[in-house]
Amino acid sequence: MFPSRIWREKGQRYRLEAGKCRTCGYIAFPPRLVCPECGAVEFETIKLPDIGKLLTYTVIRVAPSQFTDEAPYAIGIAELPNGVKLTAQLVDCDVEKIKVGMDVRIEFRRIQTHDTHGVISYGYKFVPKWY
Amino acid sequence: MRDVAVVGIGMNKWGELWGKSFRDIFVEAALIAIKDAGVDKIDSMTIGCMTGGLFVGQEHLASMMADYLGYKHIPASRVESACASGGLAFRTAYIEVASGMSDIVLAGGVEKMTDVSGDGATYALATAADQEYEVFHGATFPGLYALMAVAHMEKYGTTRDMLSAVSVKNHKNGAKNPNAQYPFETTIEEVNNSVMVASPLRIMDCSPITDGAAAVILTTVDIAKKLGKPIIKVIGSGHATDTIALHSRKDLTTLAATKLAGERALKMAGKTIKDVDFAEVHDCFTIAEIIVSESLGIFPVGKGGEMAAKGESSLEGSFPINTSGGLKSKGHPVGATGIAQIYEIVKQLRGQAENGRQLKNNPKIGMAQNMGGSGGSSLVHILEVA
Ligand SMILES: [Zn+2]
Repeated sequence: MFPSRIWREKGQRYRLEAGKCRTCGYIAFPPRLVCPECGAVEFETIKLPDIGKLLTYTVIRVAPSQFTDEAPYAIGIAELPNGVKLTAQLVDCDVEKIKVGMDVRIEFRRIQTHDTHGVISYGYKFVPKWY
Repeated sequence: MRDVAVVGIGMNKWGELWGKSFRDIFVEAALIAIKDAGVDKIDSMTIGCMTGGLFVGQEHLASMMADYLGYKHIPASRVESACASGGLAFRTAYIEVASGMSDIVLAGGVEKMTDVSGDGATYALATAADQEYEVFHGATFPGLYALMAVAHMEKYGTTRDMLSAVSVKNHKNGAKNPNAQYPFETTIEEVNNSVMVASPLRIMDCSPITDGAAAVILTTVDIAKKLGKPIIKVIGSGHATDTIALHSRKDLTTLAATKLAGERALKMAGKTIKDVDFAEVHDCFTIAEIIVSESLGIFPVGKGGEMAAKGESSLEGSFPINTSGGLKSKGHPVGATGIAQIYEIVKQLRGQAENGRQLKNNPKIGMAQNMGGSGGSSLVHILEVA
């Protein structure tokens, strides 16, 4: 991945920065230029909470080349207390014990190491709370 | 707008076509369609192709295909909406004829997916998902549909055997289709025990990697009458979009773009889903067929799996789905799929489906639903035999 592509997303990947619509309160992650709910264009930057509830998950066994070392690995969609939903890997847990509805913490982790440009990229992952 | 009919259809045997080039695969299907229509020329051409660039390193392909088809200099364009590119090509061609801009238009679809490794294909297909917020985290296409499957199973009690029933039914139909990539039958046990790809989806829940093309010829109903062809009229065309990131949707167990595209197509046709006799739907994964059958209103919400398991979507069922074998058995050369669905609808409406997969009782109205990505785009077309 070209370094600028990673650098550009650093606010979201490293700090969970979202945009909150100044008109209707909709929270956009990643930030957007236009509010999908009301069409307004003024946002304030906020930080997302670092907890969520798991809505669904899967254990991936046939992985893309950057992730083959980690397979099988789990990914899921979690909903945060403010309604924002994210997709991320579920780590530090037994994949057989993952359950829909489980509480997760959102932690800062390494995401990819096998990159054609030699870039090591970081971002957020879900850690089930019972660990 | 002018009334439009499909007067010619063409398709070749799909599969791992190592001996045939990208361009030849397309030209073969296009020549069959032109011959079937009995037209002496086409005015223009629109081709659906998801990513010639990533699969064979070839963009700018519409001009190349027009040249190799013997139609150098005609207006030719390529449209893209991921796996719904074929459906979009059909809609684009339909609008071109209906508007009066052109009289005879070829709508085609093509994809050559086996010139790259499995990993290369996984990468190319994943470009239909959100690169920065899904794929970056390790999501794959089977993975995204698996997320929908788990959510659907949790909410509605859909079971492993219900998913498998979709695969078994589509393979049973595909075994009767001479163009299918995998024309063999399978069993619930075989699907249940096949290799896990992204839990709960196994390899026999997934459509394959395929080389293939399909083409159809659209013209006005007036010209179709002069050609002396059976009149298969396009009575509805619906197109809708949604967020391409699955997690951005309010409900993970429904496909809003498909619901909207279906409603728009039915409204245009002045019909309800009860008037439709059968459908080809986008079963890129077994769970996709289940959710699509609910989103289109064919079966009640939450009951798509149960209805498939009961045989309601089989050739003899109350609403046959994927008589062609669907993407699962026929193959899924992504850009060609939407056109191949129209091919099957026309075959059925003409009463020409091969090897005993022809529906009984002379079906009058068929629907084709073609979907991009994890549901970020969807196209629905309704055809009626005059
Ligand atoms: Zn707003």
